[in-house]
Amino acid sequence: MNTEAITFTIDGKKIEARRGDTILEAADRAGVYIPRLCWMKELLPAGVCRVCTVRVNGRPQAACTQPAAAGMVVENDTEELRQLRRDLIDMLFVEGNHFCMFCERSGNCELQALAYRFGITAPKYPFLFPRRSVDASHPDVLADGNRCIRCGRCVRASRALDGKSVFGFTGRGPQKRLAFNGPNLAATDVAAPDHAIAACPTGTLIVKRVGYKVPIGRRLYDHSPIGSEIEPPAPEK
Amino acid sequence: MSANLQEAIGPVCESFGHDRTRLLDILLAVQQRLGGIDDRAIDAVAAELAIPRVDVAGVVSFYTFLAPKTRGQLVIRLCNDLPDLMMGAEEVAAGLEAELGIRFGETTPDGRFTLEWASCIGMSDQAPAALFGDVVVPRLTPGTARRLVAELRQQPPGADLHRLLVRAYGDGANAHDLVRAAVENNLRQAGEVIFAQAEPDAGLSKALAMSPAEVIREVKTARLRGRGGAGFPTGMKWEFVRAADGPQRYLICNADEGEPGTFKDRVILTERPDLLFEGMTIAGYAIGAEHGILYLRGEYAYLRAYLEHVLARRREKGLLGKSVLGKPGFNFDIRIQMGAGAYICGEETALISSCEGLRGDPKNRPPFPAQRGYLGHPTSVNNVETLCCVPRIIQRGSGWFASIGSRRSTGTKCLSISGDCTRRGVYELPLGTTLRDVLARCGGEDAVAVQVGGPSGRLVGPEAFDREICFDDLATGGSLVVFGPGRDPLWVASQYMAFFIHESCGYCTPCRVGNVLLKERVDRILAGRGEPEDLDYLRALATTVKTASRCGLGQTSPNPVLSVLDNFRPACEARLKEPFEGRQTGFDIAAKLAEAQRLTGRKSVHFDA
Ligand SMILES: Cc1cc2nc3c(=O)[nH]c(=O)nc-3n(C[C@H](O)[C@H](O)[C@H](O)COP(=O)(O)O)c2cc1C
Ligand code: SF4
Ligand code: SF4
Ligand code: FES
Repeated sequence: MNTEAITFTIDGKKIEARRGDTILEAADRAGVYIPRLCWMKELLPAGVCRVCTVRVNGRPQAACTQPAAAGMVVENDTEELRQLRRDLIDMLFVEGNHFCMFCERSGNCELQALAYRFGITAPKYPFLFPRRSVDASHPDVLADGNRCIRCGRCVRASRALDGKSVFGFTGRGPQKRLAFNGPNLAATDVAAPDHAIAACPTGTLIVKRVGYKVPIGRRLYDHSPIGSEIEPPAPEK
Repeated sequence: MSANLQEAIGPVCESFGHDRTRLLDILLAVQQRLGGIDDRAIDAVAAELAIPRVDVAGVVSFYTFLAPKTRGQLVIRLCNDLPDLMMGAEEVAAGLEAELGIRFGETTPDGRFTLEWASCIGMSDQAPAALFGDVVVPRLTPGTARRLVAELRQQPPGADLHRLLVRAYGDGANAHDLVRAAVENNLRQAGEVIFAQAEPDAGLSKALAMSPAEVIREVKTARLRGRGGAGFPTGMKWEFVRAADGPQRYLICNADEGEPGTFKDRVILTERPDLLFEGMTIAGYAIGAEHGILYLRGEYAYLRAYLEHVLARRREKGLLGKSVLGKPGFNFDIRIQMGAGAYICGEETALISSCEGLRGDPKNRPPFPAQRGYLGHPTSVNNVETLCCVPRIIQRGSGWFASIGSRRSTGTKCLSISGDCTRRGVYELPLGTTLRDVLARCGGEDAVAVQVGGPSGRLVGPEAFDREICFDDLATGGSLVVFGPGRDPLWVASQYMAFFIHESCGYCTPCRVGNVLLKERVDRILAGRGEPEDLDYLRALATTVKTASRCGLGQTSPNPVLSVLDNFRPACEARLKEPFEGRQTGFDIAAKLAEAQRLTGRKSVHFDA
C-alpha cells in the first residue's frame, strides 16, 4: 500500500492525507467534520445520500467517494453547502413518513440528528406521504419501510460484514424500495445481531423487544450534536 | 420449483454459461419463453445462477420491458413523448382504452392485452407511435388504433400478428426481409460524412495499415468530439483507454438513444450498419480491444436480426473475427447487448452496469470507464454517430473532416427534428448551422420555442434562433423539438419533469426526490395556483438538484424548469396569484379535504367542494 503523504486544504485549513484516502477519511482524521449519512467506516463508500457534497476546486463532489489529491482546494462549511445539505435532509424527510415522536430510534437516529444539527424544525418541501409497507413477520427484527432513506447501508453491511444478502432494492426512481431476499423478512436468514441491522441510520430496521432500553434523554445525540465525535470540542464561550 | 419452470429456465441459463453478468439477457430470454417473469421465475433464475433472489428481483423491477407481474400476451406501449402528445397520442390512448375496455396500466381480463405508456421510443417524426410487443406501429390515429386492436382480438391465440400490424414497409432497409418494419427513415438531408456514399471498409483497410497511435492522432487532428451529448474529444478518450493497464480492453457502442425526440441513431443503424461496425472495428484497433459490444435499446429490438445478419456477413468476409482483414494479431468481434427500457442506461457508467447484468445504476467516478469499465477492464463508450465519423476521417483525412463545420465543432451533426414543423426527420448538417437555418429547412419558421438537445438541453425562444448548433453554443446530442404558436412552455417543462421522474434510477437523493418536488411546483403554477415566491423556490430547488446529483441525469434534469424561468418568465408570471388577505393561493383546501370527505362520507360545512 502506498502511504505517501499529501496535503490539501478544507476551508483554508491544511489537511494531511495518505494517497488513497477519500476527502472524508482525511477530514475525519484531521478533526474536520463533513456531514454524511450513507457512509459507514466499515463499508465501501457508495455516494448515495449526497449529504457529504463539498466543492473541490469549485466543482461539487461527494467527499465520501472522491479521492484526496495533493493541492486540492476543498470547500465544506460554507453557507451554500450548508443550505444544500439542509435541502437534501429536507428531501429525505418529505420522501418518507417520519414521525420521530413515535420512533424507537429517536435520539439515536442519524437523519434526525442531522436535522437538529442543521437547525431544521420543519421541512420546507411538501410532504409526499408515500405508501410504504411494514414487515413484522420476523420474530426478532422489524422493518418499517416508512422510515427508509435508501442509503443502502444494510445492503452493503449484510454482504460485506455478515456474509449474507438479506437486503436489496427493487424498483427505480421514486419507486425504489427496500427489498428482502425472500417474500418477507421471516423467509430470510436475517438475525438480530447482524451488522446489517445496527448499520441502519434510521428507525427502519429495529430489533424487537429491546425498545427504549436506553431512555430518551440519554441517547447518542441527546446532548451533543452529530459530528461532535469528530470535531474537537468547541472552545468554552 | 415446478418441472416446467425448470425446463424453461435451465437451458436459457445454460446457453449463457450460467454467467451472472449476462443476467439481463437471461431474463429477456426467460420472459420471451414464459411471457412474463413472476416471483416463481425469479426464484428459479436465482437458484439456477446461485445468486440472491433479491438481486434478480432488483434487476427485473428496474427495467420497464421486464415485467415483475404477469402482463398480457401482447403489451401495447404507446409513446408519451411530447411530439406524440402534440400529434394526438392521448386521443389514440382513449381509442385503445375504449376498444379494449381497460385503462392504461391494465391488462384485459382474458390476459391478452396490456396497455402501457412508454417514454420516447425514437419515432417522434412519425408520431403518435406505439410498440405492439417488438413491432413498431407509427403514425397512429384513434381510428386506426381501434381498428387494429379490434382485428387483433379476432386472431386465434398464437397467430402471427406481424402481418396485421405492418401493412406496408417503410423505405430503405426498413423493408429488408429481416426488418419488415413500417418505420420510415425520413432522411431529409444527407450530409458529407455519415450519409454520403462511400467506399465500404476503405477506412478500415487504411487504418490497419497505420499504427494504433497514428489512428488516434488522426482522430485527434480531426478534432472529433462525441456525438452522444457531452462532446468529449474522442481521440483523447481513446488515448486514456489505450494507456490504461489491463490484459483486456473493451469498446462499447452506445445505441441506447433514449433522449426524447432523438431518432437519428435509429436511421444510422438502419441505413449505415456497415459503416458503424467498420468504425467500431477501427476503434477496437486503436484502443487495443478484442471485444466490442453494441448496446441496442430495447425499443429497437426490431432491428436486431438485421444487425446480427450484417455482423455475420462481416465475419464471413473477414472484417470481424481472428486477424481482421488478414492483419496478424488484430482480433476483434462484436456482440449485441439488448437494453430493456431504461433511459438512464444511455449514461455510460449505467450502460456498463447494464451490460454486466446489474440494475442500470450509474457507477461512482473515479474510476472512470477508461481506467476501469466493463467488468473492471478499461473501456471506451462511444455514440453510434461518433463511431460512424471515424472510417470517413481515416479514409478522407482529418483535414477534410476539420474543414467541415466550425473551428471547435468540426464535421456534421445528424439532427432529429420533430414537433410543429412540416418536414420532420433526420438532417445531417455541418456543425455551426444556425437554428434559424434549420427551422427554414424543416418548415418550422413560425416556431415560438425549440427544445434543443432533448429535455436535458434547453428550451429557447425566437431571440436565440440566430445562435449556432455546435458544442460551444447550442449543444445537442441530436434532438430538436419545434413548438409552434399556442404551445405552453410550462406544459413542456411539466411533461419533461414527468419523464425524468420516470427515468431516474433512484440511487441518489437529489434526483430521486428533487424531480418530484420540481414537478409538483410547476404543476401548481400550471393549475393557476402559483404564488410569486414559487419562482425563487423553483430556482433554488433546481440548483440543489443540479449541484448535488450523482450523474448527468440529475445534473441536467432541472434544465426544463430553469429554461422556463430564464427564457419564458412572462409565461410563468402571468399565471401567478398574489396571496389574497393572507390566504395562500397555493393551498387547495377542497383537494385537501377530498379524501377525508370520501372516507367519512360527509361533506365539509364550510368548504363544500
Ligand atoms: C442520462 C444520460 C443519458 C444518456 N444517453 C445517451 C444515449 O442514449 N446515447 C449516447 O450516445 N450517449 C448518451 N449519454 C452520454 C453518454 O454518457 C456518453 O457520454 C456517450 O455515450 C459517450 O459517447 P460520445 O463521446 O461518442 O458522445 C447519456 C448521458 C446521460 C447522463
Ligand atoms: S433500511 Fe436503513 S440502512 Fe437500509 S437502506 Fe433503509 S435506511 Fe438505509
Ligand atoms: S442523478 Fe438520478 S439517475 Fe443519476 S445516480 Fe442520481 S438518481 Fe440515479
Ligand atoms: S455520505 Fe457521501 S454520499 Fe452519502
